[in-house]
Amino acid sequence: MTTHAVHRGTRTSRTGVLLAIAVIIGLLSVPFWAGRADMRLIVEMAYFLALAQMWNLMAGYAGLVSIGQQAYVGIGGYALFALAIHADVPPLLALPLAGLIAALIAVPTAFVVFRLRGAYFAIGTWVAAEVFRLVLAQVTALGGGTGQSLPATIVRSIADSVDGRDRLIYFTGIALAVCATALVFLLLRSRHGLALTALRDAEGAAESLGVDRFRTQLWVYIVAALGTGMIGALIFLQKLRISPDAAFSVSDWTANVIFIVVIGGIGRIEGPIVGTLVFFALRALLADFGTWYMIVLGGVAVIVMLKAPQGLWGLVADRFGLDFFPVRRLVRSWERGPPARNDA
Amino acid sequence: MTAALDTVLQGTLLGGLYALFAAGLSLIFGIMRLVNIAHGDLIVLAAYVALVAVQASGIGPIESLVIVVPVMFAVGYGLQRGLLNSTLDRGILPPLLVTFGLSIIIQNALLEGFSADSRKLQAGALEIASLRLGPDLAVGWFPLLIFLTAVAVIAGLQVLLYRTRVGRAFRAVSDDPEAARLYGVDNRHLFALAMALALAVVSIAAVFLAVRTNFDPAVGPARLLFAFEAVIIGGLGSLWGTLAGGVILGVAQSVGAKIDPAWQLLAGHVAFLLVLVLRPRGLFPRAVD
Repeated sequence: MTTHAVHRGTRTSRTGVLLAIAVIIGLLSVPFWAGRADMRLIVEMAYFLALAQMWNLMAGYAGLVSIGQQAYVGIGGYALFALAIHADVPPLLALPLAGLIAALIAVPTAFVVFRLRGAYFAIGTWVAAEVFRLVLAQVTALGGGTGQSLPATIVRSIADSVDGRDRLIYFTGIALAVCATALVFLLLRSRHGLALTALRDAEGAAESLGVDRFRTQLWVYIVAALGTGMIGALIFLQKLRISPDAAFSVSDWTANVIFIVVIGGIGRIEGPIVGTLVFFALRALLADFGTWYMIVLGGVAVIVMLKAPQGLWGLVADRFGLDFFPVRRLVRSWERGPPARNDA
Repeated sequence: MTAALDTVLQGTLLGGLYALFAAGLSLIFGIMRLVNIAHGDLIVLAAYVALVAVQASGIGPIESLVIVVPVMFAVGYGLQRGLLNSTLDRGILPPLLVTFGLSIIIQNALLEGFSADSRKLQAGALEIASLRLGPDLAVGWFPLLIFLTAVAVIAGLQVLLYRTRVGRAFRAVSDDPEAARLYGVDNRHLFALAMALALAVVSIAAVFLAVRTNFDPAVGPARLLFAFEAVIIGGLGSLWGTLAGGVILGVAQSVGAKIDPAWQLLAGHVAFLLVLVLRPRGLFPRAVD
């Protein structure tokens, strides 16, 4: 007789949890010993990691490849400025509200762009982002085409000292990156995650078993917009200045993010983490070579996509059987009943 | 009344240029289901090839096509054979992400080689000559030439696809690549020929673009979006639909610009989104996908 058992833990997943906790504790201690420049760099890494997790959730798990996520970075940033300047909302409180506004705008947008499939969806989302950019460039109350800075009184309302502001923004950035990673992990381990991976791997079969493709993808799109909107608000809270071209930049908020995910490993939670580290390492290495940096980055992404579509992390993980964030369900079968103990 | 007619007429002629942008995109999608994100940047690359040809040899921009078309034909063949063929049949991600990476590479390589300065090609008297149609109505010879070229190119592609041996092979690999291969069609060579042909059309579009307006390494993505919108408005897989899509986009943009210059691009995008909501398969759909 053959019996089966479903389990998801792996030996490395416990190591993964410990490692993650150690890294988070280490990051939380940074403001007490590192300088401003280091903190700014880590915040930047944190928001790129968070953006990459959101993009990976869509492209790597839900089959929604978007070249238009800069729409929600921009909307989040502009929502923050609008709420803080015109509604006197404290900037840190405006952060989650900016995410909500992005999610609300994502609903009607989804109904238009979801009419396109596959690669056409990708370009459709890009058009949508362009529409938001062009519309916001017409809003003179938000600085029009040239943009505006966050007034000094509002900046001071975040915290009195520069150090205090840096710390708040730092902890918020780390929190967003951790939450984005945890969100993707928990979502994928839930039954919705099972529906998602089923859709990605065999759309027809999943639909015939009762998975509603439209609803599942719509939810992912909205959740990703919510996260991306909050990250956008944080980005422009750190920059203190916003303009349509910076807020809706496809190369900053989408090209870089796509390269991070592709190089790290698409469809794996560890992928964006590895990708972010590689991205910033390459940037530091090629800082003196201007545009060559983007050429090399694009070239590496193309080579990875062709030669190792599972990404750098995929190469390592498959070789050594590592899986720090297990979201797969593994089935084990035994010929004569299960052994006394299984490490589920 | 004449002003309105003039706006529509100018928009229609502008649509010819968009149809030329879109024809190449439509062709390669139709034959190998490949959506080329780098299409706009390849248009800009062709414009720079023309710029180099004009500067090096002193010939006029239109005459430079003698050089630009073969160069881009070769670039297209090599690109497809050397890179893009290996992305096909592997799901949606590889072609999309590889052409996206290519787009960023081309943009930055052009930036490195030619700086961010905007350039333009001069076509002399042709640029300002116009044809008088009425007391207050005139069309420029150059926009008219672009439009007529677009019509000719699309008619030519139509004849090529439906009246020639290679066109039959194109349609065969499009309908059923496996069966086509069984009959001795070399898919990889044909796909490379299709990309070469698409980039030959792109060269014509690029030279017209470079004479008509300023260009710099960053203008590619916007051209991709115009081409894409024209294809979707017209309906996937229909070349004449692509011309109609280009014209609708051009008219929408020129009507928008008439109301407020800042609304030109927005009006085009809104027209596209309206078609997407009301007629998701475009106005003259042919392909199912």
